[in-house]
Amino acid sequence: MSQTQTDNKVMIKFMSLRKYTMVFSILLIIVSIVSLAINGLNFGIDFTGGYLIEAGYQNDVNLDKVRNALVDAKFKDAQVQNYGSSKDIIVRIAPRADINKATIGDSILNVLKTTSDQEVKMRRVEFVGPQVGEELRDEGGIALLVALGGILIYISLRFQLKSAVGAILALVHDVIITVGVFSLLQIEFDLTVLAAVLAVIGYSLNDTVVVLDRIRETFRSIRKTSAEDILDLSINQTLSRTLMTSFTTLLVLTALFFFGGEIIHGFATALIIGVVIGTYSSIYIASATLLYMNIHKQDFMVEAKEQVVDDMP
Amino acid sequence: MLNQYPLWKYISLCLVLLFACIYALPNLYGEDPAVQISHRTKSLTQEDKAAVEKILQSKDITMKSADLDLGHLLVRFDNTETQLVAAEALKENLGKQYLVALNLAPATPEWLRAINAAPMYLGLDLRGGVHFLMEVDMVAAIKRLEESLLSDIRSYLRDEKIRYRGVRREDDGLYINFRDLAELQQAAEKLPRAFRELEFTEDEAALTIKAKLTEAAIREEKKSALQQNIITLRNRVNELGVAEPVIQQQGDSRIVVQLPGIQDTAGAKKILGATATLEFRMTEGTRADWLEAEKTGRIPLNAILYHERDGSPVLLNRRVIVTGDQIVDAASTFDQQKGMPAVSVRLNGKGAKKMGETTRENIGNPMAVVFIENKIETKRVGDTMTKHRTTTKEVINIATIQGQFSARFQVTGLDSQEAHDLALLLRAGSLRAPVEIIEERTIGPSLGKDNIEKGFISVVIGFVTVLVFMTVYYKGFGIIANIALTANVVIIVAVLSLLQATLTMPGIAGIVLTVGMAVDANVLIFERIREELRNGNSPQASIHAGYEKAFSTITDANVTTLLAAVVLFALGTGPVKGFAITLSIGILTSMLTAIVGTRAIVNLLYGNRPIKKLSI
Repeated sequence: MSQTQTDNKVMIKFMSLRKYTMVFSILLIIVSIVSLAINGLNFGIDFTGGYLIEAGYQNDVNLDKVRNALVDAKFKDAQVQNYGSSKDIIVRIAPRADINKATIGDSILNVLKTTSDQEVKMRRVEFVGPQVGEELRDEGGIALLVALGGILIYISLRFQLKSAVGAILALVHDVIITVGVFSLLQIEFDLTVLAAVLAVIGYSLNDTVVVLDRIRETFRSIRKTSAEDILDLSINQTLSRTLMTSFTTLLVLTALFFFGGEIIHGFATALIIGVVIGTYSSIYIASATLLYMNIHKQDFMVEAKEQVVDDMP
Repeated sequence: MLNQYPLWKYISLCLVLLFACIYALPNLYGEDPAVQISHRTKSLTQEDKAAVEKILQSKDITMKSADLDLGHLLVRFDNTETQLVAAEALKENLGKQYLVALNLAPATPEWLRAINAAPMYLGLDLRGGVHFLMEVDMVAAIKRLEESLLSDIRSYLRDEKIRYRGVRREDDGLYINFRDLAELQQAAEKLPRAFRELEFTEDEAALTIKAKLTEAAIREEKKSALQQNIITLRNRVNELGVAEPVIQQQGDSRIVVQLPGIQDTAGAKKILGATATLEFRMTEGTRADWLEAEKTGRIPLNAILYHERDGSPVLLNRRVIVTGDQIVDAASTFDQQKGMPAVSVRLNGKGAKKMGETTRENIGNPMAVVFIENKIETKRVGDTMTKHRTTTKEVINIATIQGQFSARFQVTGLDSQEAHDLALLLRAGSLRAPVEIIEERTIGPSLGKDNIEKGFISVVIGFVTVLVFMTVYYKGFGIIANIALTANVVIIVAVLSLLQATLTMPGIAGIVLTVGMAVDANVLIFERIREELRNGNSPQASIHAGYEKAFSTITDANVTTLLAAVVLFALGTGPVKGFAITLSIGILTSMLTAIVGTRAIVNLLYGNRPIKKLSI
């Protein structure tokens, strides 16, 4: 990356790298889509329906012992895993016809009690019916689309079409990659993660808008410079702000990730990925798209409103 | 003059901040373990309060305070042990018409309560409890309406002396058959006037009139089934003794029930979802006839085959003497003579009259009590979902009528838990249509406490690191931003407390995220000011231009985030809504504190005086 000194501030030629970053982004997107197609998402019971029981032991849990006990008690399809610590476990069971909904929590707890000499505490029982899971999945998809649509409209009203296209591309890029990472690592995707993805949309756009805003301003104020230089200048001018805000947001998200407990883990993970990707995309996707669309000064000029001459007497 | 705010702006900012501090204050006081006492039918009075105080005194239980509020009595205690002992003592001594529930009452001081200041309302994931989403079986509700219309049509035609061959209900409507055309035409003329909720179509060739419920009638029935169920559920929850329950309609066929602090979820589920009721019928024939009917499958026309709990068959008369709807009060007791649990019931006037007549005419004959329970469950087979409806009808008791009785009597034949549950259900009224629990979330109290602690720690750590970082990076202006950020958190808490919006774990995450993002506005402004300074502008002009130029950018950026938050709110449920609420409030308040708030401080410090250097 070549650097030049202007006004005692470092000027980074971001746009000169756009071909490489474009390849990088396309690669990430392809990997995400392939993973989504092959692995799919590890949906939580919010979306699949089923039972979830969280229990706390006094000492470390032997998961195999718990699994065997559950199989002996005719819960063959039960999935058992640690949750947050080696003392806490979570048991997942798919919705099934022969389960008594009213007492499942207690019957599982009784099975768990046989696996330890000490007290086992019920911490959480959740049941989501198959019809609810399906609805939440549909509503989640609609929420994503509505949010994207609303933002597209707002951006095209506030900016012109080329900027709007850039912003939306950056958004789609961020969402696909964030969800892709969840698919690749098979992290559980539940309602709070969906909420985080929507927040990522808001955040990523926030970043993009700031950069686009500066690009518009620079185009209007500076003459006789190539579009590429203007983009570089604008990105550099907003760079410290972009990094600062991302940094403070990442600070609080890290606090959430490490201290917020297991229940908020997926949420924090999604936002951390989203913030990092969103920062990168506001520079390389939104701005680079403008260059690929041959952005020029005229695109940003305020149209002089035609005076309506009233020639009625 | 550059960088000066008029006095009214300073004053209103101070007022907003003062207001926010006062309304955020209740959150700093903890909660008192308390017992909430109410009465099934009346509001509590000073006399009840005195009675409660006397009971507690006699048991040597010290209470913190006792307040009458909205007909309830709230008694506070110093710790949970005394609370539990007191609740036990009160339950024993107050009599059956009183409901005693455990509660955690906010320890907000009197002067704050006087101005309606209350702490934030904690969601179930933070305080523990059960959340149910129930779906009302509307198909069953409509079927029930059609069946009652069917018998109305029958008696109407009889009253009008129009002869008919038969009426029956099928899946697509009601069918009335006639013997000849004249009667059909007579009915076709009169029926539409008597039954406005039905649409009639005549089929003269088949001598049939088909009746269908109108769209409006169906809509009306669904609405009232839902309302009726909500009322019944509320009665049942009150009977369970849960403080601060939430029972709300969601969509057009669902009901949300939230019971904070309840532990016995299996019991609660059984009571909430149950549609158990009783029916009284006379038996038909002898024991030999019953066995014969079971074996051959030939059942006399006026009888229906039932089974007792041990599986032995019974033939009962088709005609019902009294149904559960006619029971106005019920209590579980113990039958001294037989030495078994019993439910004592009281009938309404109509039921009592019918029961009186029947028992007078049938002394020495056996009468049966039928226990009816409906259940529905949605099951998934492959990709299709089907609703399974099961109705269990069991004869729990056959007794020979010894003498005439009418309004009050006892029923035996259930175990003590069943007797207790049935009495509760009969008291609270029956559900108009069966409900199915389609979502359930139970959070143990220890997890709720954990979540609060973890949420609090992550807010504090996130907040402090941001404060430190801002001070290091922006020095004097960083401290100004930090003051604004602190004010922002106070205002968010105040708004949440004022709206009594539910705070959930994702809601706390929303506050944390807002803290991270709220600095954005200040970063934008400060970077602009630095830029203006680099361009050689005077400090005063730089401040002015910095705020001016950053403004539209800040607005654009926040509107987009707000858009996403509003979509989340509109489409999300429960916890996700909590996140959307705190995020939206946070965005709005941060606009105020980060732009107007910091500007006020900057103007106060730097405005209207010559300055050489800015601490930025």
